[in-house]
Amino acid sequence: MAKKPPKSTSSKSNSELNHSFLRSMLLQRRFEERAAEAYALGKIGGFCHLYIGQEAISTGALSVLRPDDYVVTAYRDHGQALARGMTPRSVMAELFGRRDGCAGGKGGSMHLFDAKLNFLGGHGIVGGHIPLATGVAFAIKYRGGDQVCLCFFGEAAVNIGAFHEALNMAGLWKVPAVFIIENNRYGMGTEVSRAMANEDVNARAATYNIPAESVDAQDVFAVRDAVTRAVDRARAEKTPTLLEMRTYRFMGHSMSDAVSGTYRTKAELEQEMRRDPIILLHNRMTEAGEIDDAAYAKLDDEIKVEVQDAWDFADASPEPELEELYKNVVVESLVTSH
Amino acid sequence: MPIVTYRDALNQALREEMQHDDRVFLMGEEVGEYNGAYKVSRGLLDQFGPMRVVDTPIAELGFAGIGVGAAMVGLRPIIEFMTWNFALLALDQVVNAAAKMLYMSNGQFPIPMVFRGPNGAALQLSAQHSQAWESWLAHIPGLKVVTPATPYDAKGLLKSAIRDENPVVFLEGEMLYNTKGEVPEGEEILIPLGKAERKRQGEHCSVIAHGKTVLIAIQVADALAKEGINLDVIDLRTIRPMDVEAIAESVKKTNRAVVVEEGWEMCGVGAQVVDYIQRECFDFLDAPVLRVHQADVPMPYAKNLERAAKPDAQKLTAAVRKVLYLE
Repeated sequence: MAKKPPKSTSSKSNSELNHSFLRSMLLQRRFEERAAEAYALGKIGGFCHLYIGQEAISTGALSVLRPDDYVVTAYRDHGQALARGMTPRSVMAELFGRRDGCAGGKGGSMHLFDAKLNFLGGHGIVGGHIPLATGVAFAIKYRGGDQVCLCFFGEAAVNIGAFHEALNMAGLWKVPAVFIIENNRYGMGTEVSRAMANEDVNARAATYNIPAESVDAQDVFAVRDAVTRAVDRARAEKTPTLLEMRTYRFMGHSMSDAVSGTYRTKAELEQEMRRDPIILLHNRMTEAGEIDDAAYAKLDDEIKVEVQDAWDFADASPEPELEELYKNVVVESLVTSH
Repeated sequence: MPIVTYRDALNQALREEMQHDDRVFLMGEEVGEYNGAYKVSRGLLDQFGPMRVVDTPIAELGFAGIGVGAAMVGLRPIIEFMTWNFALLALDQVVNAAAKMLYMSNGQFPIPMVFRGPNGAALQLSAQHSQAWESWLAHIPGLKVVTPATPYDAKGLLKSAIRDENPVVFLEGEMLYNTKGEVPEGEEILIPLGKAERKRQGEHCSVIAHGKTVLIAIQVADALAKEGINLDVIDLRTIRPMDVEAIAESVKKTNRAVVVEEGWEMCGVGAQVVDYIQRECFDFLDAPVLRVHQADVPMPYAKNLERAAKPDAQKLTAAVRKVLYLE
């Protein structure tokens, strides 16, 4: 099942798409740089897993979706939330634990939700959300719809039982789910070779009779093209797909984790950072004459202003009311008869 | 009034609710072609087809999570566990996903679903198949936990559970499926969750029970009534939320209580009931509240040892006599 990473199909791209992708990735990058700063200042607490280095996946994959499609993801979810269209304000306020956050300050970094955008979280147990995606796709098929459900998770999640059970039933019942492995090569501090008897994650798809593809995920167009193929197949044939996105995270696993020096070398990190997805796209656009230094600087400045606005908004947003503590534990409703 | 088994009462509830709402579907091991390991889903595949009565592989974690995902986007799944012993594999989905989704999303994603299946010890199934899980599950905010004792309650509570907007853990007594009781025909039975019911009226001692132990309590109450000892048998019916008012009202009347359950003693349902009693009825108590429960051991296989481990009429009777100072 494993295939070589496909050739980039950037020839299909147009300048408009390039600009929107650059904007989306840069927004995620600047947003998280400021989130790291806010974390250091104690404005954000708990666990905070940054996505820096992996932005081409969220950007390329979610660009394929329609508004009525669904997204389920893990705890490294800021990038996907922003790429799906959640506002930097609502996400930053959630990270700050404030009333105007997308979950009213009850979820935090790992549990971003937006029902209006069919953004179904933000889940904190490795692999635990993968069956949810099969369930969403089952519901689509149950209703006879043509939506798809995209599910993101790290490569370490393919070693847990939930992944296998969810993919087996997705393959068995042929439901429109696209499972996206973000293979950044480290499950926290454990390199794949220390965790997988067979490092070919796509071999697992073959087990469940699911088509699979491996993608150079630092190339946003390679991501978009692979996800397009998978989504088209899901819509038309109700067939799930497993995609391996080969990427690298430039930051630690979470904020409490050294960026390099323990489980990976500085040299490796520096080598990988040369394939920064933002730089790759920027270079390509520069070569194509689609952007010059002034335009890039202007875009970057605009985004920094937008992120500063999100920070200011989050900082000004009040803490949740104390009576919120006991709200939304259960839906209070009376049983009704026919 | 028709006499119906607990099993068929549950079947009626499933059938009626699937007819009532096409968002309701049943998923689990052997629920379709096999007609259910305990025949609770008999005939449903024929009536509703394979999209709504879904046979799964043996993968409790997976299909429990599939139910949660389907509930997030508006379906109303009923997930059957062949027994709750196997549901341990799925607890991440029940606890971390179903129970918390509404809260974590600040109300954006209610999870209207039912996890159901047989609970508690049957006969000589030994350690891994003989367990009562209600105290574990009732510990979790966001869940409702229901333990019907009679066919009527089984039907009325299951129908309400399916219509509830929250994840409901529905614990059927494995030894109750063949028990019979009156279940009216052509009448909509919806028993509100969170309401206990007095199964026997008496003034000498309260017995607070749920699930299978309700039948033991009734048996003891009927026997002691012949001696002039009248027990007030309170069937909790729902463990979470618990009907504290009904417990307090009874104990304030009788001034004595025994709590009986199938589960183990440590951190059991009875411990919570006793806590409510000491808070609500402290000045009314004439004797320490006693508990009857499974022996604090994994369930043994041998008949005599199993009998010795389980709560039964004899143990309950002894506890009642003790709180009445008749020993």
